Amino acid sequence: MKFSILLFGMVQALKYTAWRHPSFKERLQQKNLTVQIKLQDNSKGRYIVILNGKITSNPGIHPSPDITMFFKNQRIAEKVLTPPIDKGLQVHAAKNFQMGVIGPDELVCWFLQTLTMMETASWQYGEPMGNGETRYVNCTNGGPVHVYVKDDKIVRITPIEFTEKDAKSWSIEARGQAFRPPRQTSAAPYALSWKSMINSEKRNLYPMKRVDFDPNGERNPQNRGESGYERISWDEALDIVASEFKRVKREFGPGAIAVSHGSHHNWGNVGYYLSALIRFFNGVGHTKVVHNPDSWEGWYWGAQHHWGHSMRLGIGEPFGQVEDCLKNAELMVFWSSDPEATNGCYGAYEGTIRRMWAKELGIQMVHIDPHLNHTAAFLGGKWIAPKPGTDPAMAQAICHVWISEGLYDKAFVEKRTTGFNEWAAHILGEDDGIPKTPEWQESETGVPARDVRALAREWGTKRTYLAAGGYGNGFGGACRSATGSQWARMMVIMMAMQGIGKPGVNFGNLQQGAPVDYTFWFPGYAEGGISGDLTNTGAALNTYPRIPHVMSMNPSKQMIPRLKLPDAILNGEAEGYFTDPTSMNGQFLPFKYPAPGHADIQILYKYGGAQIGTMPDSNRWIKMYRSDKLPFVVSQSIWFEGETQFADIILPACTNFERWDIGEWSSAGGYGHQFYSQLNHRVITLQHPCVEPLGESKSDYQIFFELSQRLNLGAYFSEGSTELDWVKRIFDGSDLSDMISWKEFLKKGYFVVPPDEPQARAPTAYRWFNEGRKKDVPEPHPLPGDYGEEFLDGLQTQSGKIEFIPNSLKEVNDPERPPLNRYTPSWEGTRSTELKKRFPLQLLSAHSRYSFHTLGDGKESAINDIRDHRVQINGHYYWVIRINARDAAERNIKTNDIVRLFNERGSVLGAAFVTQRLKPGVVHSYESSAEYEAVGEPGKSCDRGGCVNLLTNNRSQSKRASSMAPNACLIEVERYHEDSEEVA
Amino acid sequence: MKKWNMIIDVAKCHNCNNCFISTKDEYCGNDHPGYSAAQPDKGHRWVDIERIERGQAPVVEANFRPVMCNHCDNAPCMAASENGAVTKRDDGIVLIDPVKARGQRHLVDACPYNAIYWNEEQQIPQAWIFDAHLLDRGWKKTRLDQVCPTGAIKTVKITDNEMNTLISAENLATLRPELDTKPRVHYKNNHLFDTLFIAGTVVSKTGDNEESVVGASVVAFLDHTVVSSATTDAFGEFKLDRLPMGNTTVIIAISIDSSEVHRCEVSAQESIYLGCISIEQQHQTAHKEKVATIELSQ
Repeated sequence: MKFSILLFGMVQALKYTAWRHPSFKERLQQKNLTVQIKLQDNSKGRYIVILNGKITSNPGIHPSPDITMFFKNQRIAEKVLTPPIDKGLQVHAAKNFQMGVIGPDELVCWFLQTLTMMETASWQYGEPMGNGETRYVNCTNGGPVHVYVKDDKIVRITPIEFTEKDAKSWSIEARGQAFRPPRQTSAAPYALSWKSMINSEKRNLYPMKRVDFDPNGERNPQNRGESGYERISWDEALDIVASEFKRVKREFGPGAIAVSHGSHHNWGNVGYYLSALIRFFNGVGHTKVVHNPDSWEGWYWGAQHHWGHSMRLGIGEPFGQVEDCLKNAELMVFWSSDPEATNGCYGAYEGTIRRMWAKELGIQMVHIDPHLNHTAAFLGGKWIAPKPGTDPAMAQAICHVWISEGLYDKAFVEKRTTGFNEWAAHILGEDDGIPKTPEWQESETGVPARDVRALAREWGTKRTYLAAGGYGNGFGGACRSATGSQWARMMVIMMAMQGIGKPGVNFGNLQQGAPVDYTFWFPGYAEGGISGDLTNTGAALNTYPRIPHVMSMNPSKQMIPRLKLPDAILNGEAEGYFTDPTSMNGQFLPFKYPAPGHADIQILYKYGGAQIGTMPDSNRWIKMYRSDKLPFVVSQSIWFEGETQFADIILPACTNFERWDIGEWSSAGGYGHQFYSQLNHRVITLQHPCVEPLGESKSDYQIFFELSQRLNLGAYFSEGSTELDWVKRIFDGSDLSDMISWKEFLKKGYFVVPPDEPQARAPTAYRWFNEGRKKDVPEPHPLPGDYGEEFLDGLQTQSGKIEFIPNSLKEVNDPERPPLNRYTPSWEGTRSTELKKRFPLQLLSAHSRYSFHTLGDGKESAINDIRDHRVQINGHYYWVIRINARDAAERNIKTNDIVRLFNERGSVLGAAFVTQRLKPGVVHSYESSAEYEAVGEPGKSCDRGGCVNLLTNNRSQSKRASSMAPNACLIEVERYHEDSEEVA
Repeated sequence: MKKWNMIIDVAKCHNCNNCFISTKDEYCGNDHPGYSAAQPDKGHRWVDIERIERGQAPVVEANFRPVMCNHCDNAPCMAASENGAVTKRDDGIVLIDPVKARGQRHLVDACPYNAIYWNEEQQIPQAWIFDAHLLDRGWKKTRLDQVCPTGAIKTVKITDNEMNTLISAENLATLRPELDTKPRVHYKNNHLFDTLFIAGTVVSKTGDNEESVVGASVVAFLDHTVVSSATTDAFGEFKLDRLPMGNTTVIIAISIDSSEVHRCEVSAQESIYLGCISIEQQHQTAHKEKVATIELSQ
């Protein structure tokens, strides 16, 4: 189409939209400006004048336009502007200076977004339900939901019940029965309690400034956590933040701004930390606070070396395990595996029904955990309770029985593994004179030798699924202790001895490996979203090529390991190791703060949930916040919780129920490849803005956008797109746009991905490996260069086989990860004789059941009223502390007594729950309090919020890994009285 | 006439609390005119979950039972109410009228199940209304079953005759039947709350070597009648379940290959784990005469 006609058409379209849509008309009244659109050589052009909401336009060149949109030549202009607009061409032209917009950033952004609104102004969404209610869709960590809204207020939040129009469900035939999942999504309690969280009294509704913080005078960092706040305007707040950015960049250089984010407080591909946040801060330049693989630890740093799977952080393939287990398994051994509490991370209760089927089919179950966990209590079966941290010894004794009684898969060991002879010699005691017998382990673990023998024989003679960790092949629990690597390594070693991949012999707890379509592409949250970051997200694989946008890069190369953030600030140095999903050996590379040529941290930009509850030895965080070594702290946060109280400036973010986004349930992308495999139905959601943002809160995207405009970065950050435009761009680029029209998706809000026909289902995990075939499962890993010999031949290890004595560990010579997986007792556990005299109880701090880490806890959430989450005593909601009846009696503790947990690192108050579900000597609580509430001076007094991580050890499982071990923790518990000694 | 009933399987409740949370979601902050006034944000448990543990390590159970307004056919609250504040609908649902019931605090005490809560601010008694407002709008089930991941909670609309058939077929129980309140909420596997078990481990010793005894038959006698029986599993464990509550004394007999090897008397006031019962291999056949008495009460 001709350039002049296109320009004329654009003006007519603007006028028509204003006539047709009052919201657009209103928008035009926001600014008065003259826009020149032209060829670069001024040979052709048209200018548009917007004045008091009216549009006039003339051909030609205006002498002094406010903004100018130019094109290199007519060919490019016509290619870019001819409908339907091709975003890829636009991005290409802009990147290569073939077109551009010149003028004040704010006006440029306003005009570009106005142009996109010509399309979006007419969009309708949501479904009227009668009774004045409209039903929208959103997505959460605990499942997608329907949201019923009346008069801009949420009435109710429910799971999504499918209709006949949605894709059919899969069916599994097993032992003469057909099993089909329920025709609805399940939901976790923290998904169903969002209404209470959205309307919480603890929402940050207005920008706030700490009363005794003056960016141009006294900053008083020592008062953080104690001084109050005063309301300020958005302009004032954003101006302070932007001017601090400019100041520290000018005065200190690259890396002076550190960004620390939580993982999980919202959902979506646009507003997520791996999306908008990275896009913005790559534009600013920042020091990344690098996450350790906090729920994978022992698998990533340990187990991986025996069998690879770096892409899955050391845990294995999920494919086909649900069907194979139901059809073929005779026994399931749950080892530190509590999927009924941990929900496979984002999977709500999708796996529950499958475990009920297994029970119905008579599959025998054993549960190994010092706590009779929720899965064990629900499914029944034998409960075996080793002392925390001693599990590897018990596992070795099982190997001893298998070797001495010939109960392992000799053919598999021969063909598919290396190093078995050395391993067997160690188990039999030929190298160190100590046979690792059931009797040997009994003194270490407290588990009767006869139980270990009985288990080993059952396991060695029955087709057995090893359900290790919350996910069935990893995740949480025992991998987060001093012996976490040893334990996870033992899990892989045991499966190697039992011939993984045979029918009925595999990893799994029926939480993942459902027969869903593994090939339908929709971006998971770690696939970069709008970040454009090809290095630190998974964008490069699919998102970047499929959804055209400008890439982004962080010019600062400095990083801080999250586990040592306070040490970096307070001591000025820290060292960490990489979480590198691309290779097995990337984890051996250290990095240091400060990085050469980079600045010391001057600003901490905190985003999302509190880490005082989740990171070990977390009084360190409070000391960091109250130090003058940290001149400026911003918190961009939905709620006033945990760490927010230590900020100088609070920027109130809204929830993902108050803004646009788009996301697939339980799809984490690179953070957990194919996490959707735990769902009964893959569900992709349009996340409708169900209600207006509360108070003056704004979406994360909007906050970054407005900050970026103060740095002249607005056009770069937004590419002229609103959040809704980005949502549509993601829709267009994904496989979803082949399956449902945008109009229907807008209205309905969700799409169920059809499952494969039975004959097209993904093959069972490791069957290819067991049978010595080329890899045939749909996972894009290992990298071609990481195969030992031929592409697709074997595992990621050097030999391509499961290595009992890993080559990768032989090369690094780490004394805490010896190639031979010897049992070394925990450095804070049953053998800590001296420490145990003062702190005789072992604290297990598991992933929480009712909140998702800190999400859903505290902040007036309905979750607080769940009896097993918090208990209200004298008006205060105390965190629940579970203690064995015998230990409680010795301390004169009764249920609902306020108790104090303490050791040399800290002191926490909670409400006792006396139970038989724990091994004596073990105290159980959750790791994830969102509330930190010092009784006295912050950081130096008891916390009655419930952050038990104030007590945990910050020692890494290995000095040469960034690997937390919160489950190696000794404490004492006493009934609380107000003059109890306070420990900092 | 089809009426609403609730069937709750205690064996399937795993304490996820979705029912509790979804009830708060539905009623806190929401007035449903003609049905109920909003539930206060704090303090009420219109649906609550009772918790008990049975046994001691290593044989422990954690059992859960959701409880709520029973929508009794013979409702004590209705009898106690003034000016028709409590009514029973034709479909079985009992409603407390939030306008007429104002000030009638005695209704809270009238409920033997403690299922009625007092709204201090509004001065009204309140209970779970069976999501009547949603059912009347065409919902096929309550929010409780919609959110229950295990299928422990089922609302069914059937005739009383059909319900009675279900009650006998599935051995359903109601809470405190002696009160004759005729609840419409029925419980399956209620023995997990109102009976006790005696568990133990049968082991054999040869020298220092201790092994689990698999497949031993274990029987409990009460007044010479078999009241419970079990077989030891791969770990030698047995659980004699569904024994009556109270100070129960039973004789326990253990047999291997139909030959009794051990007999003892056990008194229990609550579910107990007896520990290991050691059967010496060489004496297995000549063991009948040995009778041990274990007194256990806690």
